[in-house]
Order: sequence, then structure tokens, then C-alpha cells
Amino acid sequence: MEHLTYVFKGGTRTLARQADVVGVVGSGNLEVLIESAPLEGDCSIAIATAAEGFGAIWEAVMTDFQARWQLRDARIAINDMGATPAVVSLRLDQAVETMLEAR
Amino acid sequence: MISYLESSYLEATARERLQRLFDPGSFQEFLPPSARVVSPHLGQLNAPVAFDDGVAVGRAQLAGRTVFVAAQEGGFMGGAVGEVHGAKLVGMLRRAIDEAPDAVLLLLETGGVRLHEANAGLIAVSEVMRAVLDVRAAGIPVIALVGGANGCFGGMGIVARCTNAIVMSEEGRLAMSGPEVIETASGVEEFDARDRALVWRTTGGKHRYLLGDAQALVADSIDAFRAAALAQIDAASSRPVALTLAALEAEHALLTDRYERFGHVREPMELWRAIGVTDPEALPLMEADVFVERVDAVRLGAR
Repeated sequence: MEHLTYVFKGGTRTLARQADVVGVVGSGNLEVLIESAPLEGDCSIAIATAAEGFGAIWEAVMTDFQARWQLRDARIAINDMGATPAVVSLRLDQAVETMLEAR
Repeated sequence: MISYLESSYLEATARERLQRLFDPGSFQEFLPPSARVVSPHLGQLNAPVAFDDGVAVGRAQLAGRTVFVAAQEGGFMGGAVGEVHGAKLVGMLRRAIDEAPDAVLLLLETGGVRLHEANAGLIAVSEVMRAVLDVRAAGIPVIALVGGANGCFGGMGIVARCTNAIVMSEEGRLAMSGPEVIETASGVEEFDARDRALVWRTTGGKHRYLLGDAQALVADSIDAFRAAALAQIDAASSRPVALTLAALEAEHALLTDRYERFGHVREPMELWRAIGVTDPEALPLMEADVFVERVDAVRLGAR
């Protein structure tokens, strides 16, 4: 397992209070737990992945994600079992969309 | 118009089943993923964990009735029961005894014990069995729903048979040892786990319904499971909910009779013919409602 953490500053979009989880920790899939949290404006993403050595790709996918959504005071945790970057992006977008619908 | 993917029980995740089977927005989860109570064993093995350890438990409304519910996620380690997963099931069942809901529904999809967790998983499953019987002893019916792609196997297959009733779809499977386990232990001559038609003839919902192991056989739709679960909850009130000695003796008599009459049969279709199905080869292709109508007069264990 490899553990990666990314913190983004300067986001503008806050989320509903409630936490939500999307996806399943199955082969080639992942779960995303998303919740709003008082992080002084930060968006924090913690990843636990079974596929080691892909830090640079994770960083690119997370940077793209934050560029799309501009989250602030958001905590995201990911349990990954070898999902491809496209699946990771899809699940992250689903997670945010679920939280925005709940508002 | 609802698409097949939206209505299929088989294709839905555990959480999608909870959202769609119960009254909209009524599911309240105990120990949700945000509590992050994960397996202590998988991390030690450097394996991925899930924030809910593969099961969601809580309370919900079903056509206005209050029910307690558990839904296993087959996508995470085949729905297998680890220490936390099992403790969540037991905790929900014990809380049901305290709060006396109208019923407990178990949405089972599992290969049984999570072998990574060895003894902790085995103990957890035995505790679940005891807790199910305690819930029944408290007068609360327990209904199992089996319609996921991973079926219901191992110790959790026994748990399913400890409930008041099992609702299955044709796609659902229920047994103790799974096909691969039998093939590995006894050889491919005994059981060819890659023969999918044989696997379903032997463990699938239609066979279980014919044998009297399942009390309802429904189409693969969340609405059909919902309707059948409601019917089983209502039917439970007309019989003793607790496991009685008389019911246990009747079950043993049924199993003894089954073994004596069919213990030598090598092929499920022969068994179906032996109990009085005139065209057994037609059964696998029948829609659920047509099938039920055709076999209800001859199926074993009909009450």
C-alpha cells in the first residue's frame, strides 16, 4: 500500500455538511469518502492505494480535479484498488455532484 | 421509464439497493463510512480497506413499516465477513432487539468468512447466527434477500437459513461450499465450477425454491424484492417467529426425506423430474412468475 496526501489552497466552493461515499473498493475501482470539514479553506485529499509508484499520476489527476471544482473546507479520503486515472476522475466528480445535490 | 440498470437488483451496489428498496430517503446508517471503522487486519496484511468494511447497517422504512437492515457489498472482497463487518451485523441485530422494529432485512451478498481474518471472521459469523436466532426469539421476523452476483455462501449461507424466510431471484445463489471450493476439494469430475449452467442448477434461486430452501422466487428487480420482502414480513405474523422445536424437527424431517429420496441423484434436473416437474428442461428459461406458477404445486417444503 502507498499513502499519498495532497492539500490545495485557495478554493471557493463549499460542500453540504453531510458526508458521502461513492464507489466500491473492488478490483480496478475505488471508494471516495467526501465531507466538509473546517480546514481553514483547504481541500485535503488522502489516498491509500494498492498500486505503488504512481504518485506523479495521482498528483496530476488531483490537480485537475481541484482545478475543475475549486473546493474549500473539504476533506476527501480514497481507498483505491488499482483504478485507472479516468475511473478516479469519474468517482471524484460523482462524489462532488452527490454532495452538491444534497444541498 | 426505468432502465434495466436502474431496476436490477443484481447490478446494484449495496448502497444503491438501500436507496431504492426502502422508502425514499428513509435509510439511517449506524456507523457510516465517515466513522472510518475499518478492518484492523487488512492493514497489517498491506491490503486495501473499505470505510464501511463492506457492509452498511441501519434502520429504514418499508411501506411505512420500521425495519432494521444490513446490506453487504459484494464488490469489496466478495462481501466476505471480517471482524468489523461481523461486529456491525451483530450490533445491528442486538439493537433490533432493544428497539423492536417490525422486521430485520438482511441483503446478503457474500462468499462467507473473510479468510484474511481467519478466526476473527469465523467467530464473527457464529455470533451473527446466534444474534439472528435471538432476534427471532424476541418475536421480530428476519428476512434474507439473496440476489447479488456473488451469491450467499459459506457461514453466511447458514445464517440465511437461520432466518424466517429467504427471498431469491433466479440469478441469486445459495449454498455452503461454493463451486470453486467443491472443485478444488473434490476434483473437477465431482463438480465443474466453470459449467455455469450446472452451478445455477445446483445453487441458483429456482433450485432453492424447488427444494423449499427459499420461500419466494422473484424476478431480478428491486421492486420485486421489495414486494416479496413486504409479503414475507406480513406472512411471518401468521406463524411463530421464534425458532420452535416443532419447526426444527419439521426441518430435519424435510432434510432427511430429501436425502433419502434424492441423495443418489447426480443432476438437479433429475431431482426436479422426481418431485413431479414434467418438463424440467424448460425451467431454467422460464420467467420468474411463470416458473412459480408452474412449480408451486410440486415444490418441497411448501407451507
